[in-house]
Amino acid sequence: MPTRTHGRRNVPNWLDFVIIGGKAVFIWGFALTLLPVLIWFERKGSAFIQDRAGPNRAAILGIRLAGFIHNIADVVKLLMKEMMIPPHVNRAYFMIAPVLGFTFILSAFAVIPWADTLRVAGRDITMQVADLNAGILFILAITSLNVYGIVLAGWSSNNKFALMGGLRSTAQMISYEIPLGLALVGIFMVYGSAQLNEIVRGQGELLFGFLPKWGLFVQPLGAILFIVAAFAETNRNPFDLPEGESEIVAGYHVEYSGMRFALFYMGEYVAIVLSSAMITTLFFGGWQVPYFPTERIVATADTWLKVMLSVGGVGALAFAALMLFWAKRMKDGGGFGDLRDKEGIILGVAHIAIGGAMLFFLWKTLSMGPMPEWGARTVAAVAQITSFALKTIFWCWVFIWVRWSLPRFRYDQLMRLGWKKMIPLSFVNIFLTGLVILWMGR
Amino acid sequence: MHAVLFYILATLAVVGGLLMVSLKNPLSGAFALILSLCSLAALFAMLHAEFLFILQILVYAGAIMVLIIFTIMLLNLKKEELQEAPVGWIRLLLTATLCAVGAFGAIQVFGDVVPANVEMTTDFGNIESVGRVMLSDFVYPFEVISLILLVAVVGVVLLAKRII
Repeated sequence: MPTRTHGRRNVPNWLDFVIIGGKAVFIWGFALTLLPVLIWFERKGSAFIQDRAGPNRAAILGIRLAGFIHNIADVVKLLMKEMMIPPHVNRAYFMIAPVLGFTFILSAFAVIPWADTLRVAGRDITMQVADLNAGILFILAITSLNVYGIVLAGWSSNNKFALMGGLRSTAQMISYEIPLGLALVGIFMVYGSAQLNEIVRGQGELLFGFLPKWGLFVQPLGAILFIVAAFAETNRNPFDLPEGESEIVAGYHVEYSGMRFALFYMGEYVAIVLSSAMITTLFFGGWQVPYFPTERIVATADTWLKVMLSVGGVGALAFAALMLFWAKRMKDGGGFGDLRDKEGIILGVAHIAIGGAMLFFLWKTLSMGPMPEWGARTVAAVAQITSFALKTIFWCWVFIWVRWSLPRFRYDQLMRLGWKKMIPLSFVNIFLTGLVILWMGR
Repeated sequence: MHAVLFYILATLAVVGGLLMVSLKNPLSGAFALILSLCSLAALFAMLHAEFLFILQILVYAGAIMVLIIFTIMLLNLKKEELQEAPVGWIRLLLTATLCAVGAFGAIQVFGDVVPANVEMTTDFGNIESVGRVMLSDFVYPFEVISLILLVAVVGVVLLAKRII
């Protein structure tokens, strides 16, 4: 039986509350800071895919950061806008719907693990807000509640298009929850647990001695089914029928404006982060650094620290050099003729400072003795957090990539894919997994 | 702390149930039922029965209630179409008395089914123990129930096809 924090433990003291609070702030901070990055990805990524320049006008004192300042402009605009409540809506439900949608999706982050258990000062800190016994099912439960935000918005708006959007999203989410849940069964069978941390630990081993035992490699069909169903659950293209601009204007949020609309918009991106974190955790090794299980990182922590610092420092310096070179070319070639020409210099100097600081710490560590145990564990945790974050951000990018590459489904195609193809395939997956496990004699 | 939480959640569950039968708007009624179900789920969580807590939310609040709300929205009743169905005090009192007598009688007759003051095991209501019970002691009832549900699903499809 793994560590099961149970009611009959000794009474938690204030430090436990601080640690839990800190963990919650960490994972929410991770999800929410990714929001502007994702919106920027979406704008610049779509521009890149469609061979456009993308947004590049909003500026603070001439600094545009390749369109990143547009996010700030967006937020200011949304905060300033009037939050209209049309006279024909059901007020109470209309006001609570966006809050519900956003709250549920944020609370699902409670069970996402982002590093191995950190042993510091005689304490075992699980890098996960709540280590639930049925961890992954908690996310399913919460995302199934997430439908209510959309449904309520659609119904309370008292508008045909909004109602259509709400109905579509309900039908879609119910349909795709089944293959999503069934794809998980294979993972449970292989790793023998529903606890997310246990699943990630199981992915640290090697398959045939050279392949990391990631969910992707032991459950290829399950991975594809899960990813497709996760796309459908986030209401993203090609599954964005609840919004379907060309058919039902904007679907469930057609009557919303201002920050209430922004809550739906943000909820969509938080759902992307959640789905990416789930895909990473279940099928791409979660926080595992491939080929380096926790104990191995801890044993070679000195080298890890040096490698991380030098990679970070040299990378920052290389970026700075690129920026300065670009700025010089801009200056020589005439440039934009406005303050944008200075951006390269500003970014270059900033990155020289970051890289320099990293190399300075590297130089400091050279004269340091071997690290204490807690230091080594912290280094391992940092490496694992980086691994988790990089994989998650990659999957967030895939969400945007797919959105701008594929057209929307027709409604009957959506239902046929969900019920007639994905559900039978997920049963096949469970059956095959069972056969293989039986054959391997586990 | 635990007692306070228990009373708050229990009150919410009962109030949700009462609102469900007394509210006129069907959608409000459905949401009152969700409130009741979620409070029940929270009560499971207080017993550290994590799996039961999650199942309660996933199956009842997340799936069954969504289908009910889906139906309500499809019907899309207007305010005028909702008939006045006043909840008479006499009827309410009569129902409450009947329920109380029934519950009391049930406790008197079947009271020994649930022994008082059970010491909870550490694996109460987690995924392993629920699965073990379901697939060993209760495997035949479990299979029979799934068969009944299958028959119901097939029957509904057949009836609906005939009407359409």
